[in-house]
Amino acid sequence: MSETVRSLIIVAGVLGIVMTIGGLLVWLERRLLALWQDRYGPNRVGPFGLFQTIADMIKLLMKEDWVPPFADRPVFVLAPAIIVMTVLMSFTVLPITQGIGVVELNIGLLFFLGMSSLGVYSIVLAGWSSGNKYSLLGGLRASAQMISYEVFMGLSLMGVVMFAGSFNLRDIVEAQQDLWFCIPQFFGLIIFLIAGFAETHRLPFDLPEAESELVAGYHSEYSGLKFGMFFLGEYLGITLISALVVILFFGGWMGPFFSPAVWFTLKTFLFICVFILVRASLPRPRYDQLMAFGWKVMLPLSLLNLMITGGLILAYKL
Amino acid sequence: MLSTLQAMWAVFLHMFRRRETILYPEVKPYLPPRWRGRIVLTRDPDGGERCVACYLCAAACPVDCISLQATEDKGGRRYPEFFRINFSRCIFCGFCEEACPTYAIQLTPDFEMGEYDRRNLVYEKQDLLISGQGKYHGYNFYRVSGLAVKGKDKGGAENEEPPVDVRGLKP
Repeated sequence: MSETVRSLIIVAGVLGIVMTIGGLLVWLERRLLALWQDRYGPNRVGPFGLFQTIADMIKLLMKEDWVPPFADRPVFVLAPAIIVMTVLMSFTVLPITQGIGVVELNIGLLFFLGMSSLGVYSIVLAGWSSGNKYSLLGGLRASAQMISYEVFMGLSLMGVVMFAGSFNLRDIVEAQQDLWFCIPQFFGLIIFLIAGFAETHRLPFDLPEAESELVAGYHSEYSGLKFGMFFLGEYLGITLISALVVILFFGGWMGPFFSPAVWFTLKTFLFICVFILVRASLPRPRYDQLMAFGWKVMLPLSLLNLMITGGLILAYKL
Repeated sequence: MLSTLQAMWAVFLHMFRRRETILYPEVKPYLPPRWRGRIVLTRDPDGGERCVACYLCAAACPVDCISLQATEDKGGRRYPEFFRINFSRCIFCGFCEEACPTYAIQLTPDFEMGEYDRRNLVYEKQDLLISGQGKYHGYNFYRVSGLAVKGKDKGGAENEEPPVDVRGLKP
């Protein structure tokens, strides 16, 4: 009985914290972007503008929830739910500390990869059901981009899996007791980060929305709460990828002095900031450059990384 | 790849720069004296209205936001019976100020004219008229013009000769 209550509390806690973070990231991103552009950003609502998120949320809730007459209604309504659902599902496998985690799957990493692949459906369906050429272009780009980046996202993680000898994320963290995988798997880390940017379609790879070319890409026709869902999905995605980078390459909850939860939060926060810094500094590539970069540079690199890692492990019986 | 990292580093260093934003309601921005903002009607050094209701400002106004009606007092001085500027139309181009022959209408560095009701943006003469001389000091149209008004006959203006009797025979 107490076991059930405990896991229920953990589920509710993880859900609550993750949703709150997703909301606060809107504010954090705007403040950080402003900081790096010598501005202030939202600083009026509440202390440091912290309640800006609430104001934004009220605005989104008050907006008319409009489905365009030319849209494919059921799919149009379903699409934004998919992205939030898949991202939230991925959060279940994350081990936050030794004892805190929603479920412990022995294929946790594969589960995450599968869920992030499912997330593509959201964007493709949104683009398709909107009945709008810009949305469709955005959806097309999203499908091509995310499927091709998925390939080496999975491959870049295989080095980590080989070192840890497990797909279980908790085992992977515990295998980093002596040495964080960011050192032996440096190229894996770089490739995973780049693939993560593409997977969450964040700024250098935000081709699916590309404001300057496609109005707003796949979510051009969305308003109100449905648009809010896409927004939330994107910010949850950032948190998820940051948390995964920490778990896979930076020793998860491990660290001296502070408690494990603090270390995990600190490291994740750092990578969220990296996400925002990348958005602040890098321009968006052309679509064909993006695809060429994915298939001609990143894929061979990740294969090379995989081969060398495998060879070294074989040779030295690590 | 290296240039990418350089770009990120350069952006990161902006963290330690001074922020350019002026926090407006707390910190007022500097506005130069000739900034084109709220329109006022000024008075001459003696406290009389400068406006002689010549309609040049209304004619120059590209959006027709100025309306006025000329009248004359007992002393023969022209002045506007009413003077109305619709600031919801005004584009603050300053043409009225340029057209004005008596420095009466002037634009001032003030822009905080927000209203909840659009009708409140229609300013009447008592709203427009200020007690001072505005940007141009010491100018009084009736003191330099040849026009005869009460208290100043023909030839009584500054730098003006008394009128010549054109029918007389004296040289």
